[in-house]
Amino acid sequence: MKPGVLLSARRASKAYVHQGQPRWACRDVSFDLYPGEVLAVVGESGSGKTTLLRLLAARLGCDEGSVHYEVRSDLASEPDHLMDLASMSQAQLRRLARTDWGFVEQHARDGLRMNVSGGANVGERLMALGARNYGQLRSEALSWMARVELDTGRIDDLPGSYSGGMQQRLQIARNLVTQPRLVFMDEPTTGLDVSVQARLLDLLRELVDELQLAAVVVTHDLAVARLLAQRMLVMKDGCVVEQGLTDRVLDDPQHPYTQLLVSSVLTP
Amino acid sequence: MIEQHYNFAFLDERTKKRIRRALLKAVAVPGYQVPFGSREMPFAYGWGTGGVQITASIIGRSDVLKVIDQGADDTTNAVNIRRFFERTTGVATTEATRQATLIQTRHRIPEAPLNASQILVYQVPMPEPLARLEPRRRETIKMHALTEYGLMHVRLYEDIAQLGAISRAYDYPVLVNERYLMSPSPIPKFDNPKMHMNPALQLFGAGREKRLYAVPPYTTVRSLDFEDHPFEVQRWEHACALCGASESYLDEMIVDDQGSRLFVCSDSDYCEERRQAGHVGSQQVVKQEAA
Amino acid sequence: MYVAVKGGAAAIESSWRLLEAQRRGDTTLAALSVAQIRSQLSLAVDRVMSEGSLYDPELAALAIKQASGDLMEAIFLLRAYRTTLPRLGYALPLDTARIDLVRRISAAFKEVPGGQLLGPTYDYTQRLLDFALLAEDTSSAGSPVDTAAEQPACLPSDAGSGDGPVTVPRINQLLAREGLLETPDPDDDAPAADLTREPLMFPAARELRLQALARGDEGWLLGMGYSTQRGYASSHPFAGEIRRGFVSVELVPDELGFAIDIGDIEVTECQMINQFNGSRELPPQFTQGYGLAFGGGERKSMAMALVDRALRADELGEPHVAPVQDQEFVLSHADNVEASGFVQHLKLPHYVDFQAELELVRKLRARAPQESA
Repeated sequence: MKPGVLLSARRASKAYVHQGQPRWACRDVSFDLYPGEVLAVVGESGSGKTTLLRLLAARLGCDEGSVHYEVRSDLASEPDHLMDLASMSQAQLRRLARTDWGFVEQHARDGLRMNVSGGANVGERLMALGARNYGQLRSEALSWMARVELDTGRIDDLPGSYSGGMQQRLQIARNLVTQPRLVFMDEPTTGLDVSVQARLLDLLRELVDELQLAAVVVTHDLAVARLLAQRMLVMKDGCVVEQGLTDRVLDDPQHPYTQLLVSSVLTP
Repeated sequence: MIEQHYNFAFLDERTKKRIRRALLKAVAVPGYQVPFGSREMPFAYGWGTGGVQITASIIGRSDVLKVIDQGADDTTNAVNIRRFFERTTGVATTEATRQATLIQTRHRIPEAPLNASQILVYQVPMPEPLARLEPRRRETIKMHALTEYGLMHVRLYEDIAQLGAISRAYDYPVLVNERYLMSPSPIPKFDNPKMHMNPALQLFGAGREKRLYAVPPYTTVRSLDFEDHPFEVQRWEHACALCGASESYLDEMIVDDQGSRLFVCSDSDYCEERRQAGHVGSQQVVKQEAA
Repeated sequence: MYVAVKGGAAAIESSWRLLEAQRRGDTTLAALSVAQIRSQLSLAVDRVMSEGSLYDPELAALAIKQASGDLMEAIFLLRAYRTTLPRLGYALPLDTARIDLVRRISAAFKEVPGGQLLGPTYDYTQRLLDFALLAEDTSSAGSPVDTAAEQPACLPSDAGSGDGPVTVPRINQLLAREGLLETPDPDDDAPAADLTREPLMFPAARELRLQALARGDEGWLLGMGYSTQRGYASSHPFAGEIRRGFVSVELVPDELGFAIDIGDIEVTECQMINQFNGSRELPPQFTQGYGLAFGGGERKSMAMALVDRALRADELGEPHVAPVQDQEFVLSHADNVEASGFVQHLKLPHYVDFQAELELVRKLRARAPQESA
């Protein structure tokens, strides 16, 4: 294992039982992700990409194979080293999810507290870490809202009053406030208007760059992969059919399925 | 006149033992809610069965018992509970806080400071401080176990953002021993500071919800707040009309159709003690100001 | 000048006297006897026993008398009494297949071995107030009704009531033999969980849920069960079997090491058969909901069976679509002694907290004009 790997999937697999037989939702996925690197996981619905994301974020356990993360020494009892997620306690995993990781849900409502204001949403992780100065929390929230291009005048408004694109930005701010090193994104722009999508992707690209974030982005949209990711995996029926540098995979697809995907993209 | 058909303090010895075991666990983990097999008592759930079960489990023949509700010994429910213990134990009772060894209370902490040989038993309707935010017990158990109190933090932040102040006037959440979030029971927040580093043992019983918890003597109890919006207690413009006390919690009573008010100490024993010592209040009602 | 109002104790004593007068009612009328209540208000007695979790018809009747007919108050009295009783042991599971039948019906089958026995039921009466009962003289002893002549013709004579217990195998066993009905296989060696000694924690195992349902409020369960029939987590139930009768209670005392019969109790048992289309793990088959009540508590046993089935959603892998499947919601609010206590506790003085709220509201209102400026 090379030094410096942040996230490592080793033959990660997840099965469901259907009428007595195992059915692999996701099988044999392996890759190494380095700090600051963005990996896109591309596939159509049913490809297993969402299951993979859940395995990587420890929301599901692997049935075969494993997922490893380089836990910072302040969060683990030993010096920085790759830990198998399956060996971590629920308390450790939840702590990780609130600090060093971010998870941007496809539907912002699933990733926000809808009954408290934008400011409270952004400040929550900081309060969980012990921040007790209201004024400072508020200015952090304002600063992050500005950074994700949200109208700071809406800091006290409930997320339900925000548009879809704004909710997504709020979700991003909420996740980034603890300076995570790894962010998982589940179809971050799907369902938004096209122009809103474009602006959000630009924002994501800037943030990833500026904050040196590593990210795993699940998407069915090749354009998102092209714009955000250095590397990509193509999934079909639970298996990875092709992986490599994004530009190479998209410009010179080897696997017939990848070729099909690439050629199916509507070009204006 | 002690009831002959029942065991001392009504509960059988085995049940008392189980409750005491649960209490020991509670004392060992300050602020942590210990589930216990609460029994049906001759009082309705919600009327003090948790407090009564705790008192019944620890009361001994040489104890001196005081029972208060809303700070007073003669409110109907306090009378009812005190009589229950008189009937089932024959133990001496008192209205004087300083003479009691065991005090069962609903919604107030006595004004007179307690000492290390006293035990305060609180009646608790809803032991879960997060209940208004998350009713599911399965979820709140996890939050306490993992110290995930985000739900409460955002609520406090939100109160200040929307109202300018934290909107809890009673049952104000506290952090016990810098670890567990606890409900102090519906005492007014005015009483919260009394729990901190108190020499007495503080026990909390929720019969209907079947949980008990404890704050051992000399434990830190911190009311949640922000550095720049610190916890404050209630203040009155007026002093007690009967004894002149300006540091105690006052009951406000409306005495006539014009809305004139009378402010009197909620803690009846404290007020009585002051009057015995010669303190006199204004003896006046406060007239309603023209709007 | 204001004087603190003393006399809480005196007020309580007066209220006791008024309560006793209310309970006794018109003194020109004969007092109700506990025996009369037990005998003539038997279904009320049955409910109080079920929800009071204590099988003692005489004490239940006494509680009803003391409570002036308020059944929830009577249930509370019985529960409080139960607290003082030591638990001597645990009975063996009731063998309801060996039963002195009073009533036995199945909606799932037309003909069943052992026959259908209508028994005493309101089901096929017309709900017309019987004014003859109004005119009945309370002091005269009535003439015994000729029960033999009342039995419907379809009743086979060997399953009549009063002939002693017979073995009447459950209808569900017919389905089970074909493999069509799930057959739970409980661990008989495991000690029984006891809801009255340990607090209910969630998720709760089925045995604890059933205990909670058995002592749960009939009205609450009826509403919840009803919701399953109106589309809220429906499971297409059929009444596979409802039987009512006397069964023997057996106990294995430590000193003897074998079972002894300590008496008979009357129960009503309901087994609902529900559809189950299968899941990823299980093939399609029929599933059961179970209900049990003391005496003739048929409505309770049926409602309980419907709710029991709905609460099995997690173990059967069914998605949660309705409140009745949420065990924490259903069971936390099923106990009417708890519910009644807490709802009514609002009558207790809360003026100290209300005072605190007043002060807060005044403070916030005082602040508001400044902020909008």
